Amino acid sequence: MACRHLTHLACGWNGEVGRRLVTVTLLAVFLVGTVLPLGAASSPEITVGLNGDHTPHQPNNDHDDHASHNTTKKAFPVLSFDFERIGMPFEISLWVLLASLMKLGFHLTPRLSGIVPESCLLIVVGLLVGGLIKVVGQKPPVLESNLFFLCLLPPIILDAGYFLPIRPFTENMGTILIFAVVGTLWNAFFVGGALYGICQLEGVHLKNYDLLSCLLFGSIISAVDPVAVLAVFEEIHINELLHILVFGESLLNDAVTVVLYHLFEEFAGVGTVTMVDVLLGIVCFLVVSLGGILVGAIYGILAAFTSRFTSHTRVIEPLFVFLYSYMAYLSAEVFHLSGIMALIACGVVMRPYVEANISHKSHTTIKYFLKMWSSVSETLIFIFLGVSTVAGDHNWNWTFVTSTVLLSLVARVLGVVGLTFVINKFRIVKLTTKDQFIIAYGGLRGAIAFSLGYLLDKVHFPMRDMFLTAIITVIFFTVFVQGMTIRPLVDLLAVKKKQETKRSINEEIHTQFLDHLLTGIEDICGHYGHHHWKDKMNRFNKKYVKKCLIAGERSKEPQLIAFYHKMEMKHAIELVESGGNVKLPSALPSTVSMQNIQPKKLQERALPQIPKGREEEIRKILRTNLQKTRQRLQSYNRHTLVVDPYEDGWNEVLLKRKKINQMSNYLTVPAGPPESPTLARARLSSDPQAWSMKPDSDGVPAIKVDLASPQSPPDSVNITDEFGKRSGPPAGGGEEGGLVMKRPHPPPSLSVTAATKEEKGGRRQQQQPEEDEEGRDPQRLMRCLSDPGPSAEEEEDEPFLP
Amino acid sequence: MGGFHSVPQDHRYRDFADKTGFSLEQIGNLHNRFKQLSHNEDTLRKDDLNKIPDLACNPIRAQIIEAFFDKRNFQSHGGGTVEEIGFEEFLTVMSYFRPPSLNMTEEQREELRRVKLRFLFNMHDTDNDGTITLEEYRHVVEELLSRSGALCRETAKGIADAAMLEVASISMGHMEPDEFYEGITFEHFLTILKGIEIESRMHIRFLNVDTTVLCK
Repeated sequence: MACRHLTHLACGWNGEVGRRLVTVTLLAVFLVGTVLPLGAASSPEITVGLNGDHTPHQPNNDHDDHASHNTTKKAFPVLSFDFERIGMPFEISLWVLLASLMKLGFHLTPRLSGIVPESCLLIVVGLLVGGLIKVVGQKPPVLESNLFFLCLLPPIILDAGYFLPIRPFTENMGTILIFAVVGTLWNAFFVGGALYGICQLEGVHLKNYDLLSCLLFGSIISAVDPVAVLAVFEEIHINELLHILVFGESLLNDAVTVVLYHLFEEFAGVGTVTMVDVLLGIVCFLVVSLGGILVGAIYGILAAFTSRFTSHTRVIEPLFVFLYSYMAYLSAEVFHLSGIMALIACGVVMRPYVEANISHKSHTTIKYFLKMWSSVSETLIFIFLGVSTVAGDHNWNWTFVTSTVLLSLVARVLGVVGLTFVINKFRIVKLTTKDQFIIAYGGLRGAIAFSLGYLLDKVHFPMRDMFLTAIITVIFFTVFVQGMTIRPLVDLLAVKKKQETKRSINEEIHTQFLDHLLTGIEDICGHYGHHHWKDKMNRFNKKYVKKCLIAGERSKEPQLIAFYHKMEMKHAIELVESGGNVKLPSALPSTVSMQNIQPKKLQERALPQIPKGREEEIRKILRTNLQKTRQRLQSYNRHTLVVDPYEDGWNEVLLKRKKINQMSNYLTVPAGPPESPTLARARLSSDPQAWSMKPDSDGVPAIKVDLASPQSPPDSVNITDEFGKRSGPPAGGGEEGGLVMKRPHPPPSLSVTAATKEEKGGRRQQQQPEEDEEGRDPQRLMRCLSDPGPSAEEEEDEPFLP
Repeated sequence: MGGFHSVPQDHRYRDFADKTGFSLEQIGNLHNRFKQLSHNEDTLRKDDLNKIPDLACNPIRAQIIEAFFDKRNFQSHGGGTVEEIGFEEFLTVMSYFRPPSLNMTEEQREELRRVKLRFLFNMHDTDNDGTITLEEYRHVVEELLSRSGALCRETAKGIADAAMLEVASISMGHMEPDEFYEGITFEHFLTILKGIEIESRMHIRFLNVDTTVLCK
């Protein structure tokens, strides 16, 4: 209902940005503001009789009702109002709804969201809502630390960790670690120490702030916040290197923050920190970070191992991913280890294996659920930050707050510049001044700092309110000022932006080639460098780990082939989703096809092979959408097909493949004469690419179809020639010779291999009875083309008729 | 180490430093490695490189070794291969893997990219006809996947074909059905690999410290 209003608003008031926004805000705020106070006010059970009326704010009613219960018979309550029972979930849902509506609203106002980053707008909304609640007379909720750390933060971190781009992350790991560890330490001590110095000054009246409290404050305020960084950097599309540097730093500095926080909190009461404590602190840091990573890795491996067996229960696959990751986070938090690092480690470790095991749909589910949760979490966090600002008790001290803001800025800049100077001595691709500026400017603080401050015990830290005020001011400053100005600055400084190109197969081939080449050169050079160890780890991974964690034959699939299959799958899906109208993958209208590349004199038609699992998926996808393409198929004259090689022939070839695939040892009849050459030529000439079966056992019928462009009369001659060869002995290995129908003898292993391949959905069983089929039968093909339903195969079990 | 060698050696080193851009220490290290590989002789043979145990599990070992003996990579005009190389050629080939320096103009980067991509191109174009034909490209992909078992030979072909198709589509755009795309020329090669910033990726770290004692 509110959504409809919004869309009406959007359509009707095109361009009236301000009005729309205000209306949206007011609507949602009104929605929330009216119900929340109602919910907040505890009301006893209220019943409305047929003739009664009620007021929610009169507890006296209670007694009357109870009294009347005993004495007179009340009318049966047809409609009752019982808010308390559902109060909590209702409130939560309302908040989430508010957050989502806000998000919706902002994207309907492109002009505003172009200038102001979303996080700023959300904080403003939070302020408004908080103000409204206060006006109504209720106490606005504050961002509870438990809620934040246990519910709102994990989805964002998991989303970041699961989709972390591994290659740039590991390549820049040294830089990221130095920024995260040394940078944060420097920030904490500089800010803490300087603040202590300032507090000691006369005239500030803050002498009671001892050094340790200031250092504690410094450690809270010094950490770059991943949520804020993500929120802002996502919109400016900066180049990959800078993005991963700032983002990686924000993730990895959690360990430092945790240790420093606990260290200073522990000892702030005592008053002194000895050398032993410092040493213990360092040990603690190592334990916290490495322990967190270890916990995450263990859960990641568990998740990968579990996903190996989920081929029959695809529906709950995503749940395993989420549960194991969350358990990793919670387990790390139990021991005060770094939960963020555990979560990142879990996501990174489990991803390659889980993705090889789960189905395509599960992959999509995981992706979208993670994006959805992290998006909602982020929105809620910023809104709550705004509300908490209104709600909290503030203690404003000009000196303290302004010096905090200034000092954190100065510390950040100095830290980045100094560290880059050192780092550039070791880096091969050095960081320029522009890069340094962006890194320094992108060090945003966010809700983690606020939550850590909120966690402070008021008894031990009487200055908590002032701390909170200062923290909120710093957060506002970084998010508003830095967040808003970073985009024009990026444009002004002409910082390199992210390249939006898709990965092409050529780039993938050459990336792999380069890896091996550089490893080889390093070996010749004689020193064990970066590439050497990476290669060693890859080989270890391939030899041992993949075998355990990936199901079936996918464990042996090299990366290049996996990439290739993924790409082909994507194209198949694109083709189907657009109903056959998709453009060429190269996005250029091009008439180049395989025929232009294959030298005419060579007979070989090489084809990509896909293992059965993939075939199954592609088949299923295409089959469920065959309906769309069927009409087009039948209306075309094949000889004059348009240039798009990825067109209709695809799915029918796959169907044909499927039929032939199921040929088992019952096939004793050699392939009969094909349909008329014209039809064969036509059909086959429209095949863009056909999938042959993997010759994993000898004598598996392998049919290779010519990779030809739609108009290729010359090639079709070859096809019919090869038909003649068909009944001859199978070509060796099945590779050469173009259209070769290899049917030597019924291989007893075929049905076994067909049946034992781990497949989804038990299709195998259905397809087994359709033995003795000859895909060449035109009638059969027409029949299967005309029946797109999933149960098509069941009807196709008539004996082969030559 | 420097004091042991006689003065003409240092003079030669300085020549090399000017030509290739390595520092004197790096050249010294590489020379030690060269001597270790060639068993203290003046020239290096293919067998010497073949014997490096770490290289044994590299799928494109043969191509890498070939590249060292390919005259096209010696920055002199001429093609073909030689049987043995001296230290100067060894150093020249190694210089292809130097990282870009900090202050490079856009033009210099472009030039560096061309030089490195030319090296890669030469590795693929084994018959030195200026184009990478489909056969040669297939060979490249097959070698890359050679460690994965015989299962993948068909897929290798398919991958090579798809890659070739992509190059042709991007470079040629429009082709008649009976036209034939001869092969990837160097210009096309540059175009398709524009996306991977080769000048920042194709380099290894040349140490200034001698590590020959540690590695085989």
